Amino acid sequence: MTPVVEMDGIGRTFTGPPPVEAIRTVDLTLEQGEYLSIVGPSGSGKSTLLHLLGLLDRPTGGVYRLDGIDVRTLSERRRTRLRGERIGFVFQAFHLLPRRTVLENVELAMMYLRVPRRERTARARATIDRVGLAHRCDFDPLTLSGGERQRVAVARALTSEPSLLLADEPTGNLDSENAASVLDLFDELHAEGLTLAVITHDDAVSRRAQRRVRIVDGVLA
Amino acid sequence: MSVRDLCGEAVAGVATRPSRLALTTLGTVLGIAALVATLGLGQTAAGQISERFDAVAATRVVIEPAEREGPDGQVDATELPWDAPERLGRLAGVDSAGTYAAVDVGGASVVGLPVTAATGTLENVVPVAAASPGLFAAVGASLRTGRLYDSGHDERADRVVVLGKYAAERLGVNRVDSQPSVFIGNRAFTVVGIIDSVDHRSGILDAVVMPMGTARETYGLEAPEAVEIRTALGAAQQVGGQARLAVSPNDPDLLAADVPPPPGSLGDNVSADVNGLFLALGGLSLLVGGLGIANVTLLSVMERVSEIGLRRAVGAGRTHVAGQFLVESGLVGLIGGLIGAAAGVLTTVGVSVVRDWTPLLDTRLAVAAPLLGAVIGLVAGTYPAWRASTIEPIAALRSG
Repeated sequence: MTPVVEMDGIGRTFTGPPPVEAIRTVDLTLEQGEYLSIVGPSGSGKSTLLHLLGLLDRPTGGVYRLDGIDVRTLSERRRTRLRGERIGFVFQAFHLLPRRTVLENVELAMMYLRVPRRERTARARATIDRVGLAHRCDFDPLTLSGGERQRVAVARALTSEPSLLLADEPTGNLDSENAASVLDLFDELHAEGLTLAVITHDDAVSRRAQRRVRIVDGVLA
Repeated sequence: MSVRDLCGEAVAGVATRPSRLALTTLGTVLGIAALVATLGLGQTAAGQISERFDAVAATRVVIEPAEREGPDGQVDATELPWDAPERLGRLAGVDSAGTYAAVDVGGASVVGLPVTAATGTLENVVPVAAASPGLFAAVGASLRTGRLYDSGHDERADRVVVLGKYAAERLGVNRVDSQPSVFIGNRAFTVVGIIDSVDHRSGILDAVVMPMGTARETYGLEAPEAVEIRTALGAAQQVGGQARLAVSPNDPDLLAADVPPPPGSLGDNVSADVNGLFLALGGLSLLVGGLGIANVTLLSVMERVSEIGLRRAVGAGRTHVAGQFLVESGLVGLIGGLIGAAAGVLTTVGVSVVRDWTPLLDTRLAVAAPLLGAVIGLVAGTYPAWRASTIEPIAALRSG
């Protein structure tokens, strides 16, 4: 089976002044169904690695294959499309649209993937049900607890049936109880065969993963 | 992403910030309202000005029989019906209507019988005419003394006449309180009134005028020559279009309607100078309104960086993002235009009510104004939309 992620000698240098080598040389392979955590202190380059993994940024060197597709040469348009189809994002700050219902928030990504309207709603309801928030479909996210909001964000990321779920400090804004509920959900998704990469500075979060890598000064340790 | 989705997102983007929407649209509302009110009041005022000058001419419609050459070369003609005034009276916009005809008295002379004239009778060639009672109102006749005959006289074919003021002079009649008579041939007619002036058909001032019924009964008048119609202000064109059909439903083509030219050109020139100033002010407020939309949309873009980043992260392209902000600002402009157009129309109507004017407003203006608002919104939104499209999705992860 093709690995979900194949990074070979990836580097990312920000042109200065002064130039910053955020990622030096990273080799990283993520097999289907793996649950990886990337830990590192702030400034270690883990955010940059996440951007590269999520096709939000282009590496300045090396080869990156997502699902076997070499993404270096893709046009901006193709990259955007690939990102929408194959990667689900979960952010520390949830990034839910306020004053839109939970259902609308979850439907959002499918709108850009040209999923027909009827199917969108059905899939969104199913995913919301999957994260245990069926009773919250018509709520404004602002009225939900942090844990519930993050689960809505996970539902949104899952609707496109992504190859890779990328979570950036998913529990950073949550108290321990809510954090546990989100991490439990990750465990369940992993058990169902989803590929996950969680980026965190929190050891307790990273220990939940099947495999841990540490990044320090732009190099995987 | 379909157009429907795009519009849905834009509507949601605008609708979730109602207070901001109100502030943003203010400039456009004022600008469009100023434009519509200026143009509306300009048109209205122009209408009033031309009405004041042309009211007399602009309210007169005359119906006369016309001739038509038939297919076999014969000339068709029609006669005006006696009840034309009643038929026309049912049309909206007709203030008064009356029939008129010259009367052939068979060469009989018209003689006045002055009660106190020492020199005996005065004899003059005085034309004789017949008119239905409504004609006097239709031609704007005003009395010097006495009264006009009424429909009762007409129906009974009473031998009464009113005199035009010149006819009265020639016949030596200057008072009617003693019920003087004039003789046409050997028939005596009682003079009930003397007409001092008319707006149209000044021939009446030279004539002895009797009721239609009297002329029919006494002199065998066959049909009226013309129908004079006085319309409400601004209704002449419409009445002109309907009158022939009302008078002669079977053969309207055999009648000719003399209708005044539509109002406009004169008033347009008069109000052009005034309009110029207000249009400039309206344009200025539209410019300010557009800048306001641009400004707030730009602010909105900066505020929603994380939303934009998120959309980009979940698969929205740059064009999707740009399109959304463009449609949002266009929508804001459209809403401002709608409110502004409504306010402008209300202002026009309000001022017209206060000044007792007839509000005139080109309906195309009421439709074009909101569209203009939308266009302003779209133009104002181009720069913010472009800025939004350049925002990198990384921003979504960074901020917040």
